[in-house]
Amino acid sequence: MTPLLTVEDLRVSFPTQTGTVDAVRGVSFTLGRERLGIVGESGSGKSQTGRAIMGLTPSQAEVRAKKLLFGDMDLLAMPPKERRLLRGKRLAMILQDPKYSLNPVMTIGRQIVETLKTHERISSKDARTRVLQMLEAVQINDPKRVFDLYPHEVSGGMGQRAMIAMMLVCGPDLLIADEPTSALDVTVQLEVLAILDKLVSERGMGLIFVSHDLRLVSTFCDRVLVMYAGRVVEELSSAALEQAHHPYTQGLLNCLPRIGSHRHPLPVLERQKEWAE
Amino acid sequence: MTAALSIRDMLVMYEDFAALNRVSLDVNFGESFGIVGESGSGKSTLLRATTGLASFQSGSLTVNGRSYSGRKRDKEFYRTVQMVFQDPYGSLHPRQTVDRLLLEPLTIHGFDNVDARIARALDEVGLGSGFRFRYSHQLSGGQRQRIAIARALIVEPKILLLDEPTSALDASIQAEILNLLEQARRDRNLTFVMVSHDLGVISHMCERLTVMKSGEAVETVPVEALEKRQLSAEYTRQLMVASEGFRRD
Repeated sequence: MTPLLTVEDLRVSFPTQTGTVDAVRGVSFTLGRERLGIVGESGSGKSQTGRAIMGLTPSQAEVRAKKLLFGDMDLLAMPPKERRLLRGKRLAMILQDPKYSLNPVMTIGRQIVETLKTHERISSKDARTRVLQMLEAVQINDPKRVFDLYPHEVSGGMGQRAMIAMMLVCGPDLLIADEPTSALDVTVQLEVLAILDKLVSERGMGLIFVSHDLRLVSTFCDRVLVMYAGRVVEELSSAALEQAHHPYTQGLLNCLPRIGSHRHPLPVLERQKEWAE
Repeated sequence: MTAALSIRDMLVMYEDFAALNRVSLDVNFGESFGIVGESGSGKSTLLRATTGLASFQSGSLTVNGRSYSGRKRDKEFYRTVQMVFQDPYGSLHPRQTVDRLLLEPLTIHGFDNVDARIARALDEVGLGSGFRFRYSHQLSGGQRQRIAIARALIVEPKILLLDEPTSALDASIQAEILNLLEQARRDRNLTFVMVSHDLGVISHMCERLTVMKSGEAVETVPVEALEKRQLSAEYTRQLMVASEGFRRD
């Protein structure tokens, strides 16, 4: 069976005044219909990996890969027009902060209808029904009311649910979630994750969950890639998190303060040059 | 024993919305006190009303034996109390060098020997004199937060108010900043009031904590109660569960 996504030796580099910055330096993995976590600190290249798969890398940057296949389609060889048809329809992405990633001058309902109409021939009436169902699926209690609200009129948790609804309304095969809950309060975070988890498993989607929070990712995903300086330094199954071998992963786990453990001072991460090589 | 910081029935209203609804708390000298809650719970408002960045309409505030009201604070107050903010990108003047940033509080409070003090302050936060003539945009997030801490410590305060000092930082940088704060507290015998949404951070740094929700203090417990899970408020228990990560039922 062909995997949903094949990434081989993915590289993303940005030209700058002081030379080229290699944000992603040879990332490889394959993804089936499963939940994959990508974890790393800021600057590790985790978000750029997600964006390169979506085709949302800024135009000045260069994306290269030996293989970047979605099913058996070559994403890099594809003309931009075809890729645009995939995006939103079969590949979707949830961004970090609903405050900045929803259109502020369009009601929530209208922007979800827009997604649907871009990709499907559907009457306005049917589109409205589909959107209301979708809003219900993300556990918004009063979908009819929320349909007509503007993004600034809803809370962060509600906004993030609306974004999930927008991304899932066309029934994508692959969902990339880039820090989907980092802007939310901890208790709301779990509600949103539970909704995401339910929809992903019900619909049999593949999910790439990008986050800086190793513990959260490991409780949510089946498999975790740990990135450092643009490379994958370790791949772990979530259950085996405690058996991480790479000193970077161990360091990341160790430096978190935990309830009930008294370590003063906290162990800090001593970065080694060879990790980046 | 007199409290370092004592707040009684503090009320902060924004039009008809009570951001802080009659909250009381006492922080002893040398103690590290935590405030936990979600966004909108009033935890930052409490710190802002204490420092005079927001006005409180009723209640009382006593700091180091002196009473304050409204939003007027005297120089003595700022010698005693300093604050470190959440976002190190927004809390340093973008057009001032580190030297200038650190000089300003010294000038305001009439310190002598400014040169040596600035050098020592940079040393204390682990940056060294190489950073003295840089601008904040030339520094990483962790380095900026170190500068913000140096700026707070340079006037030798007794009480440090910390508003989510590490939530904008990576986990590994967070550990470094927390260690730095603990070291400073030990060396200078400081009193901390630390706001965070992260129970792990609070339990690491503090001896007692107050849990806040919708502008009210839900409960105040010693940090051991977190470890033993002896919590009376349902909301605190929810926070505990949430801090343990995602669970599939």
